[in-house]
Amino acid sequence: MGRKVGIEVSIAAADAAALCDVDVVAAYPITPQTHVVEHLAELVASGHLDAEFVPVESEHSAMSVCCGSVAVGARTFTATAAQGLALMAEIVYIAGSMRLPLVMFLSNRALSGPLSIWNDHSDAMMVRDCGWIQVFCEDGQEVFDAIIHAFRVGEDPQVSLPVMVNVDGFVLTHVIEPIEYWTKEMVQKYLPPFQPVSRLTPEKPVSMGAFGMPEIYLEQKMAHNVALLNSRPIIEKGWTELAELTGRKYSAVETYKVDDAETIILGMGTICSTSSLAVDKMRAEGKKVGLVKLRLWRPLPSDDLRRVLAKAKDVVVLDRAICPGGGNAPVTSEIRAIMYTEPERPRIHCMIAGIGQRDVTPDDVCAMVDMALSQSIKDYHIYGVRG
Amino acid sequence: MTKPMDHITWQEIEPGGVISEPGNASSYHTGTWRSQRPVYDVDKCIRCWRCFIMCPDAAISPDYENNRMVWNFDYCKGCGICAFECPVDAIEMQEEGE
Repeated sequence: MGRKVGIEVSIAAADAAALCDVDVVAAYPITPQTHVVEHLAELVASGHLDAEFVPVESEHSAMSVCCGSVAVGARTFTATAAQGLALMAEIVYIAGSMRLPLVMFLSNRALSGPLSIWNDHSDAMMVRDCGWIQVFCEDGQEVFDAIIHAFRVGEDPQVSLPVMVNVDGFVLTHVIEPIEYWTKEMVQKYLPPFQPVSRLTPEKPVSMGAFGMPEIYLEQKMAHNVALLNSRPIIEKGWTELAELTGRKYSAVETYKVDDAETIILGMGTICSTSSLAVDKMRAEGKKVGLVKLRLWRPLPSDDLRRVLAKAKDVVVLDRAICPGGGNAPVTSEIRAIMYTEPERPRIHCMIAGIGQRDVTPDDVCAMVDMALSQSIKDYHIYGVRG
Repeated sequence: MTKPMDHITWQEIEPGGVISEPGNASSYHTGTWRSQRPVYDVDKCIRCWRCFIMCPDAAISPDYENNRMVWNFDYCKGCGICAFECPVDAIEMQEEGE
């Protein structure tokens, strides 16, 4: 068993990547991801990590370097946030399509404009359809474990997909938490050496990233979609074996007090900690409220979500991205879509909150639940906006 | 591969769209793009081979036995460079289907 240390989550995330013995780190510093990149640079400079640290001139180059390094078979890590992700977005889609299993730490930050460095999920939603495995973390231990799990799953030859580990900017990246480190032996036992499905090598030339003519583009997209859907059992297996090593069992959909819940709050990331306190408070008042934490955003665990949500009368989705001009917000949209075909389904309420790191307290969550149940909000409600 | 691109199913796509068989571009017949076809006048031709040199798709080659130039219409896109370059106007572009 590893030792437990009190440490900033960003530093621990960098240590987790280093424990995985990454070969290449290509990243450009951007708030609130900076400490991850700084610490990895320190580890390489001090000789603690034998890796190539590529100090790129932009995020577009960072993701391009990552694609190239995975293509030759190097274990590769990067990190970014909001505007950085926007700049690398073009290559993010290409990494997905080319099935290049790199791991990215995304410190979720609101997209400009107006210019914001603070936390929400609008950056992740911008690249929602890039075809990567995407997970959201609630606490520092999850982040540490998720990075090691990400390499294990993404690099599995049956999966061969990049993985995005979403970490709420500041509210999670910059907090100091007790985190149990894995030992080198644990990581070696859990994470086999990277054996890419295809590799750029002069010994056996292949072409990667070829043109997708109208005759073949659709088939390649279909193959990619199926690969992402089929990654699910490998993701679950990774969590099962992680539990055997660490005693911590993760799952795609986690629940808190939902067994007899009439109302279920659903969220992703740190808002779930806040919501669990709200659940306790409402339970003390005799209200049958529970919480669903959606960890695995892609591939969406539709089966688990249907099973858990079908029993409730009301589902209050806490969405952390605004969808201007849209019908609701990204997470609600998915939940409404997968529940629509169910013979019995709950009312699904869309609460947009925590945008640009507007504070969301347990009382706010209680207020949103009350509002959803007592008022007829049709499409969505933007909570806490003045005026 | 060598299977025509429009016959490949999604299950047959290599992961990430990798092409593990190098040099298979020849299995894609770019001649289907052609809207104009070069028409060759062997009597006017002076065998300077300028068309052979200039063809961007290597679709023109000398036929020594018959002492003339020949076109490979599997790859001739009908770009018209040969007709433009011919110093004696021995090549004329005509609409396909005429």
